[in-house]
Amino acid sequence: MDESPVYRDPMSRHAVRQVLWLGAIATAGFLALMVALAWASSATGGGSLVGRAIDVETKTITRALAQEPPQLDSTRATDQVSLFVLGHIMEGLLRYDASNRLVPGVAERWDVRPDGATFWLRDDARWSDGRPVTAHDFAFAWRTILDPANASEYAFILYYLKNAEAINAGRMPPEALGVTAAGDLVLEVEFERPVAFFDKLVAFAVYFPVREDFYVSRDGRYGADTEDLLYNGPFMMTRWAHGAHVRLEKNPHYWNRDTVMLNVIDMPYVTSDTGAVVNLFKDGSIVSATLGAEQLDDAMKLRWDLGRYSDGSVFYLDFNFRPERLTSNLHLRKALQYVNDPGELVNKVIALPGYQPAVSLFPAWLTGVERSFRQEYPPLTISPDLEKARQHLELAKRELGVAELPPLVLLTGDAPIANKQAEYFQNLFSRALGIEIRIDKQIFKQRLEKMTSGDFDIVAAGWGPDFADPLTYGDLYASWNGNNRGKYNNPELDDQVRIAQNSVDPRTRMDAFGEIQRILIEDAVHLPNYERGNVYVQDPRLKGVVHRAVGTDPDYSQAYLIENP
Amino acid sequence: MSETPRFSAADFEAAAVDRQLQAVSRPSLSYWQDSWRRLKQNRRAFASLGMLVALGVLTLAGPFVWRLDPAAQDVNQISQAPSFPPSALIVDPYTAWSGVTAEPTRMGDVVTGLHLAEAATTQAVRLAWEPVVGAAGYVVYRSVYDQAPDRALGLPVGEVVGADRVSFEDRLDLEPRRYWYAVVVMDENRAEVENYAALVVDAVRTVSVEEAGLRGWVQDVSTLTPGDRIGLPYHPLGTDYLGRDMLARLLYGARVSLFIGVVAPLLFVLAGVVYGSAAGFMGGRVDQVLMRFADFVIALPFLLFMILFKVTFGIGPGESGVFPMLVALVLLGWPSTARLVRGQILQIRQEGYVSASQLLGARTGYLVFRHMIPQTMGVILVTLTFAVPSAIFTEAFLSFIGMGVAPPTPSWGSMANEGIRTMLSHPHELLFPAVIISVTVLAFNLLGDGLRDALDVRMRGSE
Amino acid sequence: MLAYTFKRILQGIITVWFIATVTFIAMHAVPGDPLANERATTEQIRLNLEQRYGLDRPVSEQYLVFIGGILRGDFGISFTQENRRVNDIIRENFPVSATLGILAVTFAALGGILMGALTALFRNRLPDFVIMFLVILGISVPSFVVAALSQLVLVDINASLGFSLLPVAGWGTLRHMIVPSMVLGLGTMAYLTRLMRSSMLEITSSDFIRTARAKGLPPARIFLKHQLRNAILPVVTVLGPAIAAITTGGFVVELVFAIPGLGRYFVEAVQQLDYTVIMGTTVFYGAFLVSMVIVVDLLYGWIDPRVRLE
Repeated sequence: MDESPVYRDPMSRHAVRQVLWLGAIATAGFLALMVALAWASSATGGGSLVGRAIDVETKTITRALAQEPPQLDSTRATDQVSLFVLGHIMEGLLRYDASNRLVPGVAERWDVRPDGATFWLRDDARWSDGRPVTAHDFAFAWRTILDPANASEYAFILYYLKNAEAINAGRMPPEALGVTAAGDLVLEVEFERPVAFFDKLVAFAVYFPVREDFYVSRDGRYGADTEDLLYNGPFMMTRWAHGAHVRLEKNPHYWNRDTVMLNVIDMPYVTSDTGAVVNLFKDGSIVSATLGAEQLDDAMKLRWDLGRYSDGSVFYLDFNFRPERLTSNLHLRKALQYVNDPGELVNKVIALPGYQPAVSLFPAWLTGVERSFRQEYPPLTISPDLEKARQHLELAKRELGVAELPPLVLLTGDAPIANKQAEYFQNLFSRALGIEIRIDKQIFKQRLEKMTSGDFDIVAAGWGPDFADPLTYGDLYASWNGNNRGKYNNPELDDQVRIAQNSVDPRTRMDAFGEIQRILIEDAVHLPNYERGNVYVQDPRLKGVVHRAVGTDPDYSQAYLIENP
Repeated sequence: MSETPRFSAADFEAAAVDRQLQAVSRPSLSYWQDSWRRLKQNRRAFASLGMLVALGVLTLAGPFVWRLDPAAQDVNQISQAPSFPPSALIVDPYTAWSGVTAEPTRMGDVVTGLHLAEAATTQAVRLAWEPVVGAAGYVVYRSVYDQAPDRALGLPVGEVVGADRVSFEDRLDLEPRRYWYAVVVMDENRAEVENYAALVVDAVRTVSVEEAGLRGWVQDVSTLTPGDRIGLPYHPLGTDYLGRDMLARLLYGARVSLFIGVVAPLLFVLAGVVYGSAAGFMGGRVDQVLMRFADFVIALPFLLFMILFKVTFGIGPGESGVFPMLVALVLLGWPSTARLVRGQILQIRQEGYVSASQLLGARTGYLVFRHMIPQTMGVILVTLTFAVPSAIFTEAFLSFIGMGVAPPTPSWGSMANEGIRTMLSHPHELLFPAVIISVTVLAFNLLGDGLRDALDVRMRGSE
Repeated sequence: MLAYTFKRILQGIITVWFIATVTFIAMHAVPGDPLANERATTEQIRLNLEQRYGLDRPVSEQYLVFIGGILRGDFGISFTQENRRVNDIIRENFPVSATLGILAVTFAALGGILMGALTALFRNRLPDFVIMFLVILGISVPSFVVAALSQLVLVDINASLGFSLLPVAGWGTLRHMIVPSMVLGLGTMAYLTRLMRSSMLEITSSDFIRTARAKGLPPARIFLKHQLRNAILPVVTVLGPAIAAITTGGFVVELVFAIPGLGRYFVEAVQQLDYTVIMGTTVFYGAFLVSMVIVVDLLYGWIDPRVRLE
């Protein structure tokens, strides 16, 4: 039966008292253990007491960091977080101001010509040890990036310099690079071929300076810790507890220090969980937070001031053009193109205010000759048209010689939005056209492996800009581009890319991009999905934070605090 | 000191002779029969057994009763909470809007004449206003709360560049409810001004004729004209993040989850019991080797080996790798049970009755199965009941790397995982799978409790 | 005893070596290029990267380099965090995870043992039902939900109090440790409660307890010396590996509470195919686990003298 003899046993009373006593002792012991461990961890230098989101007197702001910056050596950095930190602690020849115009950085004046460029450096630019920033520092940095032993992944962005590609391939020594320091304050650059937007390139973090003697003295550990870095930017890194805490303080040696209004940017929280970051903001611990779809209702209820910005990247579905793949058939792609409805995807499924439906490879933020690229070269609109789609499908089936299409494989990653998107397309294509889509979900490295080896029919892909010129997107489908995973090969498109690369006339280049845009749409080379953006909340006492599609984002170098919003 | 009993004469009369000293009150029961009897008497455990049978029936028969397709995405009802059957107004299909332009003539920092260019529907909300000289553009905000008095404008749903572009079409996640819109002027520096123009809008749920036909809500689209009302598919438990019916997904998901959640634990607990009892009983060198191997399996990095299994089993894209996953779960899950059972056996084998049995000539197998394992039943059953949710959630985790069921096949664990993401805004997406998992776990727990009591050798023969 | 311990340590080393080797083979068998990134790189750069990380040498040679490194105590340099040595990663992050883990396990053990004992004593009465309900909830609800909800509760508490009673995330002081360690320990505590309850019920109805009571021993002594001590063996069995698992598996809690621990490296290293970190963390975890198992086995002998260790 259910009852046990313990019930009516007088012993149970004693046992209960015993248990409760033990419980009290255990709790006390547990707390004592906590205290001991806390003392031990603080004695070994773990963590520190942090303040609240904003301290107006000390001009300190606190924010969260998405992840530990993996690489603060500007010659090897590739990821968003590292570039964000680098953009605050270092400065290149040129930089972007609050209105995203190119303004002088370390260089006071510059002259870009078809065959090369000259930069005249200011004489008051200093490193954080007081020594001046010289043209040698830039020359050394760029040679180091191209040195094949360094294996820099962003080396390709310097290929516009004379001999750069040859040096990176190991065919010429780094000294052969077409960059010379004609004196401490004059930098002469020779181009491999004309590049109209070199000034925009030079503002990118990869082009930042590195001082040779310091680099060598760190013996391979340049960028590993706060003492392994020299700073010439608005801030210095004063604390770096890996994975835990990054602290930036105003750099007193920075030539433009009078425009830097913040004293400290403290980042003692390292997490990529949106919910945790929003909770930190709610608690008043940090100064801003990016919102996910989940937090929007709450944000409106709490009556927060929300902002949004586009992060400049475009996402689309890529096809596999290898001859044995069904997707190399134009009519099949056109059929899919005519059911693709980015509006429905963005407005109903993703439902985040920052996202915009994409209509072209070239996102809306790009500038053309004078106005925005989108205004000067409006893309051909393909509205969803079920009739046309079905006609194309019939043609495709006839050309491929099948009665029913075999299943197509859609390769996707493990991010939540990627998942949603994949399932949405699976259902869309099946419902509208009766095509079975099999979702191949792979995590990061396996997905890259399949993309490179061409083991997919359709893949969900995206691209973020490296510099503020349409070419950063325009050459993606050139037949020689390693990022052209589907191996799309169109000589007409290749020609246009070459024109855009080699010409210096803005009108010619933009016309070429317009042509590329037309080809991509007519040939249904890919299916645009969305242009990504973010919705965020920020403490109203903080002003002057700049968000950019290209460059340091967010940028606190001109930010300031006010007492009463 | 007890009292002296009082006797009477009747006490000294001769007693009657009772020939019926021994009667069989009931047939002799074996261990298993006795256990089953005791289990039936345990009301709670029996109820949970019934609950599990009901779950099984639901799994098999449910999809035939509730005939909604679990993969059908009703994008007009995304993340819908459980509610009454909705209806919608039929309208013409959506066509792109060219918008409105007007030359600004007025000075000022706030737009005037903010109005709806046409009726507000869930397809689109089209706003238009009068322009203002000097504006670099306008920003449109939308909130589900009243924006006054503290200028809590809500979500920035769009931006219009140019002083003369004076319209905006909002299509973002429109639901049939009240919205508060605000239009703010951007000055030359692209900063927003303080004042804003406001408009309250009630959006009406609409669908187009095409959509009704495409999604099969009517047989013949020619019967529909704009202005009619049509009933939309009803989702009693609401829908998920892609508008799929929760009830249908739960019913279909039961198959995978119950299969994995029951079979995998049974298998690896069985494996663990055999392994652990062998190690515990034999002791010595054998025990050491077996246990070191078990340690080795526990220490292997789980994710890495799951990926390896996936590759080894050659699961193609879109194929359900349920069987390989089962194998993987069993291969990596047995050590913990083995350790527990071995610990128990180590304790038990020193007991008196074991040596007594051995002296009587019992074989090892008999000793282990007949005597020792029933003693460890408690531990085994606890492990089993904990293994059930663990297996369900591990399956959900594995679908993250592409193992397990392929989308769009649902499973309770992955539904719970997806529901976590909208836990605060749409709790029903997490609540229903979590509740049904809890119910299953509870049922197994109660059953496990009852089984332990029923199978407990010490209580054998008790009423 | 000493000889036994020595023998076990030797076995442990062999086990760890086995773990390392099998993981190494598995790691290289998994498809995927540890050096690949979203942006395609040129052939030359790729070759240079391979050379830098020693991936251009044959796998068997890489294995020897790796073993040599372990013997010297050097796990190499991380592939993803190119300036950090794996040793440093473990050295800096493990103490945090250890603190969190020890607290979590203590919390789980104390809570589990006590609550399990309580449910056994109050069998089928209210405390039993309440605790069992909480246990079921504890294991049916995913850990991420518990962590996120507890963080929300903290925010609400702080908001209603007007000051920050407990920090919502982060690490460093005593107050940072309380909630994350409790959240981390909850799952194990539920399991231990259940185990303890089952164990106690069996022991309580057994003969020797009846004898002890019949002998007239004080109830407290019976409870502590006999019931608890005998019932605790399964709990100890589980605790050993649980310590290792909790300490290195606090991925979810570390993510939600922004704690700089080792947990996330176990997951991210595999996703990024960061060979050196995978091997470093696996060997470390293996060594940790094996030591915990040895401790548990030694404890068996102490708790239950009848158990003979050979």
